[in-house]
Amino acid sequence: MKNEIKSFTIRFAGDSGDGMQLVGTRLTETLVVQGIDVSTLPDYPAEIRAPGGTVSGVSGYQMQFADHDIYSPGDTIDCLVAMNPAALKKCIADVAKGALVIVNEDAFTEQNLEKAGYENNPFADDSLIQYRIIKIPATSLTLQAVEGIGLQKPQAERCKNFFMLGLALWLLDCPIDATKEWISSKFKKNPQVLEANQRAFSSGYAYGDTKELSGLRFTVNKMEDFKAGTYINLSGNEAAAYGLVAAAESAGRRLFFGAYPITPASDIMQELAALPRFNVSMFQAEDEIAAVCAAIGASFGGAIAAAGTSGPGLCLKTEGINLAVIAELPLVVIDVQRGGPSTGLPTKTEQSDLLQALFGRSGESPVVVIAPQTPSDCFHSAYEAVRLAVHAMTPVIMLSDGYIGNGTEPFRIPEEGELPPIKLSFEVSPEKFQPYLRDPETLSRPWCVPGTPGYEHRIGGLEKQDVTGAVSYEPDNHDRMNRIRLEKIMKLQSVIPDQEIFGEEEGELLIVGWGGTFGSIRTAVEELRNEGVKVSHAQIKYLNPFPKNLGDILKRFKKILVPEINLGQLAWLLRAKYLIEPHQLNLLRGLPLKISDVKEKAIELLEAVR
Amino acid sequence: MIETQKLARKDFMSGQTVRWCPGCGDYAILAQVQSLMPALGIPREKIVFISGIGCSSRFPYYMNTYGFHTIHGRALPIAEGLKMANSDLQIWVITGDGDALSIGGNHFIHALRKNFDLKIIMFNNEIYGLTKGQYSPTSKIGQKTKSSPFGSIEKPVHPLSLALGVEATFVARTIDADPKHMLQVFKRASEHKGTAYVEVLQNCLIFNNGAHSFITDKMQRPDHALYLEHGKPLRFGPDNSKGIALKGTSPVIVEQVVDEKELLVHDETHEEPTHAYFLSRMRHPEFPVPLGVFRAVKKPIYDETMNQRIESAKKSRTEKNFRDFMVGNNSWTMR
Repeated sequence: MKNEIKSFTIRFAGDSGDGMQLVGTRLTETLVVQGIDVSTLPDYPAEIRAPGGTVSGVSGYQMQFADHDIYSPGDTIDCLVAMNPAALKKCIADVAKGALVIVNEDAFTEQNLEKAGYENNPFADDSLIQYRIIKIPATSLTLQAVEGIGLQKPQAERCKNFFMLGLALWLLDCPIDATKEWISSKFKKNPQVLEANQRAFSSGYAYGDTKELSGLRFTVNKMEDFKAGTYINLSGNEAAAYGLVAAAESAGRRLFFGAYPITPASDIMQELAALPRFNVSMFQAEDEIAAVCAAIGASFGGAIAAAGTSGPGLCLKTEGINLAVIAELPLVVIDVQRGGPSTGLPTKTEQSDLLQALFGRSGESPVVVIAPQTPSDCFHSAYEAVRLAVHAMTPVIMLSDGYIGNGTEPFRIPEEGELPPIKLSFEVSPEKFQPYLRDPETLSRPWCVPGTPGYEHRIGGLEKQDVTGAVSYEPDNHDRMNRIRLEKIMKLQSVIPDQEIFGEEEGELLIVGWGGTFGSIRTAVEELRNEGVKVSHAQIKYLNPFPKNLGDILKRFKKILVPEINLGQLAWLLRAKYLIEPHQLNLLRGLPLKISDVKEKAIELLEAVR
Repeated sequence: MIETQKLARKDFMSGQTVRWCPGCGDYAILAQVQSLMPALGIPREKIVFISGIGCSSRFPYYMNTYGFHTIHGRALPIAEGLKMANSDLQIWVITGDGDALSIGGNHFIHALRKNFDLKIIMFNNEIYGLTKGQYSPTSKIGQKTKSSPFGSIEKPVHPLSLALGVEATFVARTIDADPKHMLQVFKRASEHKGTAYVEVLQNCLIFNNGAHSFITDKMQRPDHALYLEHGKPLRFGPDNSKGIALKGTSPVIVEQVVDEKELLVHDETHEEPTHAYFLSRMRHPEFPVPLGVFRAVKKPIYDETMNQRIESAKKSRTEKNFRDFMVGNNSWTMR
């Protein structure tokens, strides 16, 4: 018997060496090619191999899939697959009441229970009575399946994630041939391991037909409301890398990417390192400072220049970005935000670099700040960041985060000619050329690069005389230049889209978010509206400058709620700029906002009105 | 090219008023660099001067080429990025002892190690001049400055030893008081493929006057300077009567050379940097200070290798464009 469902959220959790990320990514690939919408959230500890069996060492991979457009990997779990007691302990609070909990029974030894901090066996008391528990001896079944291949016991046990993958494919009624082929190609260099994984996988799939699981097979149909096109499954970090390449290709320039390894941004540099054939130069520098400085040098040389980092690296890049501000050179800095301050929570998500991006530099130093909203939007935001950087000859900071950076979803590849072309700044003849001559419309200066005869000039970090670019200490000139640099950024309001509203254009409550909280907030608002509650939603992508209609929008609602994964940074900005008093919802748990938290807060505010 | 040959020293003067203190050693360096430029046969637009922060770093403003006066310590990574983006350029990095060895120390060692095609001229005056007289990483131990009123307690860094420690491919030293020698060394640096590092012993008249007088002073120089020549024995002294020999693993001064065969012969092309390193350890007052090219070897160049890879990858690309690549990346189509 199959159950047809609209959407389903499943989480695989185990020790960080248990291979849960592999199970999750493979299941995702299997579902997306069937035309099902999938949104994923990998959640892993900072340690490569955290102490085995402990709650802090649990690595998880959560995914929601649906027959309609979804924006988040789900709040409450419909099925938890727990490979050990620690995984059960860490995740059980997120499981919906009555939902399915599949555990690897073999791992529930006294020793493991103790490591996980269980005083009593949770199966022996009634603590799990609200869930539908399925106990499967996955380790012993895996060992049986691979018997005779000649693997050592620890190696044989490691195949249990393939057992679980097989079981998951059965549970979700997926075809298995593609995965079998995938296993064959992935392990072709080691025939013994290949054979063992194939057998464990088949054994897991076959286990589905046993009676314990009868009636527990779920089917999600293909999406109906999709946009026609060609799709690939992408993480936000991959999408950001691709967006940069596409933009440089449109501009007809080389893409130069300066980077230093940092969690959770390193995927971007790794993606770009593999793409020299698209005229991409990925430079791994000796530190964060050199990475951004090399990008500035490349920008001076006419390349589309970008750097990728996370919060601690953005701190180090501060002075470099400031140089690009005064030298008026295009530069994109992608900050994949993580928990801070300092080293903070390297593998966990947060939105706490907003004020740093806007203000974390000496002097009056305005830059463009934009924030992608979903993994797919990282492509479009990176592309947009390049467009704005070269349009206004300015640094642009793109605030992604660990959640959308690591999360994946199907990305529709733009058709040829669909993306706006990247236009370089204005041209001027050598006779008329001056380094700080300005396009009257954009206030941007010409981008004349070394190697071009007739345009020899010097720029630098000292204040410049307007137009001529000569060093100037003249008081009025300094005042004027500061105002020009600001006005140049504000003028971008005319080339960025107006803020959109989901729901009514005016009313009782508007929820205003920014960046990666889009999925949680939009899902909460959709659910509320389906329940008959009138709530509107605006997710701000352009944080500097704000869209020009934002102030008007905010005034049309009685109450504004600003949910953020920080202590109120956007709320602070809105208060300062528009003199409004927004309500806040702030949670810094290293995790995405919960849909239920947003809904509860919205209802609380609306009830207070009545 | 014809036009290039016509260029003269004045074509490389930017017309900006030079604002170093009167009598500063920087003037002599600027004059020699400007004299060298026409001889290079490189069009003006293909030459770039990049600097960090400090007295020396005003240099790009005085050169009528492309230039970028950047931030403290970071001239090297900026120059690296520019070179990777535009391999046709000849890029000169102008820096000082504080800029290159203190705040920019990390970039310094990695630039030399990676061997970018850059020419670095480091003005070593053993003091922070622009901030008005604090001790620098090359100041002598015990040196009294504004920030070390009781004498510096730091052991100084020896720039050439540091450069050779990371296997720099071109290492040389010259002095601001010997224009002819300076010009020769700069010329050699310009011809080197890879990172060329030149230390110029430069006098700061205001805050550290006479730091190098033992060698810049014409009377003292013959006794204290040893001019290196490739393939020649190490000789010095007023009538070239003295020399350097090797005793065990240490250098010794031969006060009166009888047989040249007992002297150490200079070889700047040694595969290993050991020979050059050994020379870099010869310090005043125990030894004469070597001037000239310590090491000049050919090694793979970072930016060249990177660009070759990109060019060959572009040539063998099978996708029409980047969209084509994305479509080929396990895509599926929904209609």
